[in-house]
Amino acid sequence: MRPIYLDNNATTMVAPEVKDAIIPLLEEEYGNPSSMHGLGGRSGKYLAEAREKVAAGLGCDPSEIIFTSCGTEGDNTAIHSAIESQPTKKHIITTRVEHPAVLNVAKHLERKGYEITLLGVDSEGRMNPDHLREAIRPDTALVSIMYANNESGVISPIEEMVEITKERSVLFHTDAVQAVGKIPLDLKKLPVDYLVLSGHKIHAPKGVGALYLRRNTPFRPFMLGGHQELGRRGGTENIPGIVGLGVAMDLAVSHIDEENTRVRAMRDRLEKGLMAAIPDAMINGAEAARLPNTLSIAFKYIEGEAMLLLLDQFKICASSGSACTSGSLEPSHVLRAMGVPFTYAHGSLRFSLSVYNTDEDIDLVLKELPPIISRLREFSPFRRGDEGLDWVDDH
Amino acid sequence: MWEYTDKVREHFLNPKNSGTIEGDDAVVGEVGSLSCGDALRLFLKIDDNGVIEDAKFQTFGCASAIASSSVLTEMVKGMKVEDAEKVTNQDIADALGGLPKEKMHCSVMGQEALEDAIRCYRGEEAAPAPEGEIVCKCFGVTDLQIKRAVIDNKLTTLEEVTNFTKAGGGCEECHGRIGEIIDEIRFGVTELKPIVAEPVKLTNIKRFQLVSQTIDEEIRPALHKDGGDIELIDIEGSVVIVSLRGACVGCPSSGVTLKDFVERRLKETVEEAITVREA
Repeated sequence: MRPIYLDNNATTMVAPEVKDAIIPLLEEEYGNPSSMHGLGGRSGKYLAEAREKVAAGLGCDPSEIIFTSCGTEGDNTAIHSAIESQPTKKHIITTRVEHPAVLNVAKHLERKGYEITLLGVDSEGRMNPDHLREAIRPDTALVSIMYANNESGVISPIEEMVEITKERSVLFHTDAVQAVGKIPLDLKKLPVDYLVLSGHKIHAPKGVGALYLRRNTPFRPFMLGGHQELGRRGGTENIPGIVGLGVAMDLAVSHIDEENTRVRAMRDRLEKGLMAAIPDAMINGAEAARLPNTLSIAFKYIEGEAMLLLLDQFKICASSGSACTSGSLEPSHVLRAMGVPFTYAHGSLRFSLSVYNTDEDIDLVLKELPPIISRLREFSPFRRGDEGLDWVDDH
Repeated sequence: MWEYTDKVREHFLNPKNSGTIEGDDAVVGEVGSLSCGDALRLFLKIDDNGVIEDAKFQTFGCASAIASSSVLTEMVKGMKVEDAEKVTNQDIADALGGLPKEKMHCSVMGQEALEDAIRCYRGEEAAPAPEGEIVCKCFGVTDLQIKRAVIDNKLTTLEEVTNFTKAGGGCEECHGRIGEIIDEIRFGVTELKPIVAEPVKLTNIKRFQLVSQTIDEEIRPALHKDGGDIELIDIEGSVVIVSLRGACVGCPSSGVTLKDFVERRLKETVEEAITVREA
């Protein structure tokens, strides 16, 4: 039985077209683009073609694309480059809801003497551009704002925040790992300096990503080594991954309308169906502009991991914002930044769809999840009784 | 994904004895809270001979919390209260074929609920606030609870304490105090005294050598990274006189560099009495 895969913000299935494009590169076409022979030369051509495809998908020039190994490398490289090229500027602005690939780099820099301003979000997960305006200082080296949030799906007011940042001539980085392929994105209209994407979120394999570096933006390499990527990222190119990313980017462009129509409709149906069938539930970020594929929904009185394991019985794959699945003991930093009450945060589930989902997938969740929730609530010591909340002990 | 044993899965998917026991002769043990992310309410029915006749539970929490509760009710049914009192969290974990280390606190929760229920049976006022001084404010864990977990389970690291008691799993502010508690128990130290090194009297030559070595090997390379530089001008007693060069000149944070970096490092590597000023 195939999995009902609703965890596409975590990773995605490799598209069949991507797989077909990669196979020959694992068989006969194994050349190194740096080599002076026909085999190497052909690899160089594949590399150039993939670069053109990725650039076309983003609306930029191929020379502005640096291939990386993942989103995390892209984020690290962008931040490293921004601060190394402006050694006297010791202030960085980012947000409380960033991915750890940005947040932990910021924490690391704080220990090394940088000042970090973390912008908050409101209860719907929305950022306020005025807060950014107030936070920028003469010694601000970089503003790093994610394009869309992986957990809530909330889309940042990126155009406005870029404009505010550029008025003050500060560098701007955006982690667009969750946005690419889900919402239209055009770098011709968005003057960011650095934009990061990851292959495995858009149906390419794991182990490949790209960093967009706007022409004339100062750059200091993060990975020192050979002359690859015009000296901007050492290391022999991951040709199979990069070719896969090129094909995946073409597919993402061709699927963008479907994402925003059919996928959105499936997400909306799932959302409405669950809200109608299950009492004491809420949507995280309900009032905000959200990615069309993402639903973060919280159920009171029960805990996320238990729901996931019971869903797994039906091969339904989702994820949770609860503490128990993250290895830490507190619920997700994103839900906490939104001020989602603990009573809901522990019982949060995230469903993230893709164009490979069908109406039947949604039907199955709508059929199986409500009984799972009633069952777990049956043996929860917390419940909504006639006399109000029974045994609520929030110390 | 956590690796759960088949036993955990079985007790999670088909929990035994979920529900409540009604009636005047039922005793109840409660532990945890909604904000902590897990909570357990254990019901026992104890007969006139002090034998646990029936046990039921209600649990809010992850799979291992539910499985721990379920297996606990199976374990204590038919037990005498005196024997039930001896059940440890490790017994609960063992009955499940083991728990992932990050989930050991679920077994601790079972043991604490059992303890609370027995207290209730004996007519002691149920669940007094945990004794001791609160160490972990996020999860309300006291020093006595931490000590008990450390002793019972022979814990040696902060990570283990967090896995067993949750203490330290939130804001991390209490990590220092937890480390002290572990040391107190492991090494019998009741109060950590700061180590006071005998101030070593340096000769002028030795002091000069140490200062220039630290500047050459550590401080200058660090300043170079930001385009700055430093020259050692003179040493008068314990006052080190330097001159900041390159990008440091006119840099608004050069004062901070001097005190927080150069002076601090020299105090650490040479002697505490050192102060640094610019020529």
